[in-house]
Amino acid sequence: MAYLDHAATTPMLPAALDAYVAAAREVGNPSSLHAAGRNARRLVEESRERVAAALGARPSEVVFTSGGTESDNLAVKGVFWARRTAGPERTAVASSSVEHHAVLDAVDWLGAHEGAEVVSLDVDGSGRVTPETLAAVLGERADRLAVISVQWANNEVGTVQPIAELARLAAAAGVPFHTDAVQAVGQVPVDFAASGASALTLTGHKVGGPVGVGALLLGRDVPCTPLLHGGGQERDVRSGTLDTAGVVAFATAVESAVKTRAEYAARVAALRDVLVAGVREAVPDVIYNGAEGDRLPGNAHFSFPGCEGDALLMLLDAQGVYCSTGSACSAGVAQPSHVLLAMGADDARARSSLRFTLGHDSVEADVDALLAVLPGAVERARRAGAWKTPR
Amino acid sequence: MSGGVDSAVAAARAREAGHDVTGVHLALSRNPQTFRTGARGCCTLEDSRDARRAADVIGIPFYVWDMAEEFHASVVDDFVGEYAAGRTPNPCLRCNEKIKFEAVLDRAIALGFDAVVTGHHARLGADGLLRRSVDLAKDQSYVLAVLTREQLDRAMFPLGDWTKERVRAEAASRGLAVADKPDSHDICFIADGDTRGFLESRLGSAPGDIVDGRTGETLGTHNGAYGFTVGQRKGLDLRVPAADGRPRYVLSITPVTNTVTVGPREDLEVDTVTATRPIQMNFSEMSDIQVQLRAHGDVVDADVSISDGLVTARLKSPARGVAAGQAIVAYQPDPDGDIVLGSATIAAGTRASAHA
Repeated sequence: MAYLDHAATTPMLPAALDAYVAAAREVGNPSSLHAAGRNARRLVEESRERVAAALGARPSEVVFTSGGTESDNLAVKGVFWARRTAGPERTAVASSSVEHHAVLDAVDWLGAHEGAEVVSLDVDGSGRVTPETLAAVLGERADRLAVISVQWANNEVGTVQPIAELARLAAAAGVPFHTDAVQAVGQVPVDFAASGASALTLTGHKVGGPVGVGALLLGRDVPCTPLLHGGGQERDVRSGTLDTAGVVAFATAVESAVKTRAEYAARVAALRDVLVAGVREAVPDVIYNGAEGDRLPGNAHFSFPGCEGDALLMLLDAQGVYCSTGSACSAGVAQPSHVLLAMGADDARARSSLRFTLGHDSVEADVDALLAVLPGAVERARRAGAWKTPR
Repeated sequence: MSGGVDSAVAAARAREAGHDVTGVHLALSRNPQTFRTGARGCCTLEDSRDARRAADVIGIPFYVWDMAEEFHASVVDDFVGEYAAGRTPNPCLRCNEKIKFEAVLDRAIALGFDAVVTGHHARLGADGLLRRSVDLAKDQSYVLAVLTREQLDRAMFPLGDWTKERVRAEAASRGLAVADKPDSHDICFIADGDTRGFLESRLGSAPGDIVDGRTGETLGTHNGAYGFTVGQRKGLDLRVPAADGRPRYVLSITPVTNTVTVGPREDLEVDTVTATRPIQMNFSEMSDIQVQLRAHGDVVDADVSISDGLVTARLKSPARGVAAGQAIVAYQPDPDGDIVLGSATIAAGTRASAHA
């Protein structure tokens, strides 16, 4: 089995799993006042400090959530609502055209249900939002913008955005800037304070922690209306009993991923380069999508001309090689990737793509396994590709 | 795997026969928000989830294949076009011919598979002959008769020797949750079951006359001849009652003049059926065979001849409600299950001794 889908989810780190199991054995609600509760609270607050220290944030800026989707929704909708309440003229929301659906659909919801003006920030051929693009949008309507959201790194093609530059422009215009850093943490240096962002999303299961726990780093002075109402456990901006074991495992994973990041990134990028070279050699007309330089170390993304991505995926799956078409499913059907389309690809190229992503336990044998079966799979998928041409 | 009980059990039986089986669910809607969320048919999201769960339980890989474009071009557009031309299409038959055993089969073969397995109730044995299911009430050989020899050579129907009841019992004993799921009967791409409304939204309103087949008298008007099918009695909305007070039926539809012709029940009777586009009819003359003229329709004894691609069936007893566009399927009666001899597309039904 060659698992080449770490951007979807990556195995838990043994230390995180151990920490989870140990904490899950203990009883105690962090909001309870007795000793068991205080013990749970201590574990949560220690975890908060560890996450904050790893990412250049203050502990009070760490809001634990159920993961990336909740954090993105809280940042986009919550900041939009709070900013519009404070200034009714702020009815616009801007995000890049290559965001994850957790941001994209939250923004679209604001457009459809809150009358928000939705501003899409175009990307270049490698999937980058240039500072000029954001500057132009700010020049036109900075006073109307409630919030801006641009991902730190793209989940499909791995392009890393110039976040510090974008955040600086937003700050100069006085508009809160959120970044979805789900794919970036543990892969590239992420420092919340240094980035200048107002809010940052991260999640556990992309860094070796459990699924179902994540955080929103939210600047102290950033107004945000809650999505979830209840006990107000997290700074009154997020309610729900804290998942002590999940939070401890999450913090363990974040801390470890950040600490080992430089060494990890060098190793995995080298392995990725072997993969890319091997795929290019095996399939000479393959198109390598995304940026050559500012790119996540574990990401390789290709279009295979004449193939359907889902056919290739199935053939590789049958040979024990697990990858992704990279695009979201709509009603069970893989849609042509909005990321590839935004980067200027046509429908056929978008449909012909596959994403291979490496992670902390990837080894050369994984790449070898892919390269051993890829040529045969591509040949078959090409024969089947004729199926799409109108008869 | 539609998400129904038949394809789930067919997959399980194929696997048990030693084949390397992969489950495929077809996504057939261009816009995933339209009929995939409908309440009926075989292509809702819930059906897709049911199919996936069945594949899990059987222990086979499962994928959704997007066949929306092919389905729209080959089945939905054809359905609308056939009605516009005054014929009555059978979309299930068309889907077997163009989607399941053409688009899916071609893709599967290219990807390295050997055959397409479906949960149709029909027998296809080692002799290569297509026969009716042992469960005559559920027999689907009619909608499979459109398949060519090459298509049948790549098809497997593991359920033909089982009754539907046994299929359901088998599903239950295997722990398949779809065991008691109701059968789908409706046209899957018309979620609300309103065929006339579906056609009207695509073909627009086209008012024309309803005329009496015997006298030529105009009896009323209609909003689109496509809303009618030969043999139809309801929905004519005629203001002038018949002289004898008996109900009137649609006898024919003439698109050129946009006319719907009606008459008494006996005028629906035909004793000769002509058909085009014969498939698998490898004979020039067959006497004392049987023909079936619509899905779940009666079976009629007939002599069938073929010349220059034109099929003529002389019926030994008259048939009613013979609609152009439907299939005529020829069967050779056989104690081991009636054998499909071939099919063709009905062009017209006529009566040698027309009423005065």
